[in-house]
Amino acid sequence: MKGPVHVAGIGVIAAIGKTVEQCMHSFRQHTSGIGDITLFDSVHRGVLPVGEVKVSNEELADTLWLPKHTSRTALLAIQAAREAVAHAGIDLKKWRTGLISATTVGGMDRTEVFFPDFSKDHSKGKLHDVVNHECGRSTELMADDLGIRHFISTINTACSSSVNAIALGTRLINHGMLDIVVAGGTDALSKFTLNGFNSLMILDKEPCRPFDATRKGLNLGEGAGFVVIVSDRVLQQEKKKSLAVVSGYGNTNDAYHQTASSPEGRGSYSAMQKALEMSKLDVNAIDYINLHGTGTLNNDVSEGTAVKRFFGERLPKMSSTKAFTGHTLGASGGIEAVFSVLALTHQCVFPNLRFETAMPEVDIVPQQKFEETTVNHVMSNSFGFGGNCSSIIFSK
Amino acid sequence: MFISGTSIIRKQTVIHKGALAFENKSVSLDDFLTGAYNYLSPEYPKFYKMDRLAQLGFLATEFLLSDFSIKQYSPESVSLVLSNAHASMDTDVRYHESSKTSSSPALFVYTLPNIVSGEICIRHRIKGENTFFISPAFDAELLAAYVDQVMMQPSVHACIAGWIDVMDSHHDVFLYLVEKEQRGLALPHTAEELTKLYR
Amino acid sequence: MEQLMADLKKQIIEALNLKHLKPENIGDDQPLFGDGLGLDSIDALELIVLLQQSYKVKIDNPQDGPTIFRSVKSIAEYIRANQTA
Repeated sequence: MKGPVHVAGIGVIAAIGKTVEQCMHSFRQHTSGIGDITLFDSVHRGVLPVGEVKVSNEELADTLWLPKHTSRTALLAIQAAREAVAHAGIDLKKWRTGLISATTVGGMDRTEVFFPDFSKDHSKGKLHDVVNHECGRSTELMADDLGIRHFISTINTACSSSVNAIALGTRLINHGMLDIVVAGGTDALSKFTLNGFNSLMILDKEPCRPFDATRKGLNLGEGAGFVVIVSDRVLQQEKKKSLAVVSGYGNTNDAYHQTASSPEGRGSYSAMQKALEMSKLDVNAIDYINLHGTGTLNNDVSEGTAVKRFFGERLPKMSSTKAFTGHTLGASGGIEAVFSVLALTHQCVFPNLRFETAMPEVDIVPQQKFEETTVNHVMSNSFGFGGNCSSIIFSK
Repeated sequence: MFISGTSIIRKQTVIHKGALAFENKSVSLDDFLTGAYNYLSPEYPKFYKMDRLAQLGFLATEFLLSDFSIKQYSPESVSLVLSNAHASMDTDVRYHESSKTSSSPALFVYTLPNIVSGEICIRHRIKGENTFFISPAFDAELLAAYVDQVMMQPSVHACIAGWIDVMDSHHDVFLYLVEKEQRGLALPHTAEELTKLYR
Repeated sequence: MEQLMADLKKQIIEALNLKHLKPENIGDDQPLFGDGLGLDSIDALELIVLLQQSYKVKIDNPQDGPTIFRSVKSIAEYIRANQTA
C-alpha cells in the first residue's frame, strides 16, 4: 500500500440523465427513468417497462463524433468515460493509465440489426454491424477514444462486473503497477437480455419496487458509469482534489445456484464482511448502503437478510437506486459507484422510490426521500448470476 | 506461489499434469464431454444440464483436483480466476436459435461466461474471490500477475486459474492450481512457466 | 390420464436433460423438487415453457410452480383442468 487510492473523476449516463449533473437533478426531484420501450422494436413494447436512455444511437454517435454503426454499449461507455476523464482533468498520457471495463452484452444491439438479414441469406447483412459483437470490443473502442495504451482489460462476472473492475483497478494501483485507472461498466438494452430475463419470469410489468412487499421483479435498464481512480502520488503531483477514496472491497462466491441467491445471503454477507475488513472501519461507520436491490423476490429477501445480520439492530440509511435507473446489469456497479461518490461529495442519500410496505420475511425500511445528511462512508453492493457477490466501500 | 497441478482439454483429449488422462477424437464434442463424464462417473447429474463451457470447466476441474482434496482449505480461502476469448458466445448463438420459437430459460442462464465459475464453486464448495477476464488470447502475463496479487492476500491459500474457451467444436481449456506451499508439480508461478505449460 | 403421465415423464426427461433417468424411474406421485428428483427453479421455468408449448396451458405466476409441479400426477391434473378443448 502506497497511500490511498482516490476517485478523481466520475461520469455516468443512465435513464435518469446523460450526465452526473442531470442524474443528481433527477434524484432531488424523485424523477424515475422507468418507462416504455421507445428506441427499439420488441414484442414487449408497451408491456414491460425499462430504464431506457432517451437518446438514439444516431444522436449519441453525432455528439460524440463516432461512426454511426458503433454499438450502443460502446457509445454509452464513451459518453460516461469522457465525462469522468474531463472531470478528473488529468492528462492520462503523462501517466501509466489503464482501462478496465465491464460489460455483459457487448455489441449485441448491433448484432441484432445484422442477424435478420443474415439469417435469411448468408450473403446479406452488413459486417460492420457484427465486428463489435465481442465483449472486449467496446473496451478497445473506448481505449482508442481515450488514448489509453498501457493496460486494457474487460471483465464479465455478470451484474457484479463493474465493481470487480473498480476493485481490480484499485489493486493494480496499490501494487504500483499503474498510476491511473478508468474503471466501470456499460451495457445497452437488447432484445437478447429482455427476452432472456422475461423467460426467467423475473421482470415486473409495473415499475419495480425494490424491498417492497408487493414487488414482482426487476426492470431492465441501460447505461454506463465510470470512475477515474488515481494513486496518492498522482493526486499530489497533479494538485487535484480527492472526491473519495476506495477504502475496501470484497468479492465472494455464493456457491448456491447459477441464478438464485442463497436465501440467507451467505455470499453477500461475506462480500460485505471482506470489504469492511479491508477498510478497517467499524461496522457502525457505514452511513449509507447503495443496495443491489433489484426488486426480485429472491434478491431482496436474500440481500435484506444478509444486511440485517451484518449490521445488526443499528441499520445505516440504505436504498436501491434501481427504481430510478432499472437494473443496468454489467453497468450497475459502475453507475452505482458514481452515485456512491455523489452521496459523499453532496452529503446526501438517495430515495428508494415506490417503497411502501416492508417485506414480511425481513423487516427493512429503506430511505424514502432525498435527504441531505452527513455521509462519510458508503457501501455499494452488486451481486451477479453465477453466485458472484461484490461489495465496495467509498470514504470521504 | 507454486503451480501444483494442471489440466488441459484440447482436441478432445484431456491431459492431467502432462500425462494423457482421457481421449476420444472419433465422436462429436458433446459425446466426448459425456464420455469423459462417464469415465470419471462423479454422479453429478446436473452435468447434463450444463452448457459446453460449464461442462468443460467441470471436467477440467474434476481432473485437476482428482489427486488432491481442495476441501483441506476453507471455502473462503480458495479463489477462482478464469479467462477466455469468446465469453459465452457458443451458448449465446444456441439461445438465439431457441428464442425463435420460445426463449429457453435453461439456456439463457448460461449466456454469461462466469456461470462456469459458479458451477465449479458449487461443485467444490469454493467461496473465495472470483474473476472472469475476456482477452483476445491466452494471456500468461495477465494471469501470472493477477493471480499473484490475489494469492498475496493472507486469507487466500489456493487459487484455480486459467483459460477456458469454446466456440462450436473448437475448445481450448488450460486450468491450473496455485498454492502457497510447494506441492505436486511445484513449479514457480511465472508467466514463462505458464506459457510453457499452456503450449 | 395414464397416457398423459407417461408422455409427461418422457417430455420432462427430454426437456430437463435428465439423462440419468428413464421414464419408469419417475413415480407418478414422486416429488419432483427438493429431495425427490432434485429439480430447481430453472427447471420449473422450463416446465412452464413445456406446458405452454405442448399443451397450450399457461402459467403466469412462477410462484404457482411449486404446487403445480409437485409431481407428474399434479402436473397432469393441472393440464386436464386447464386445457381448453
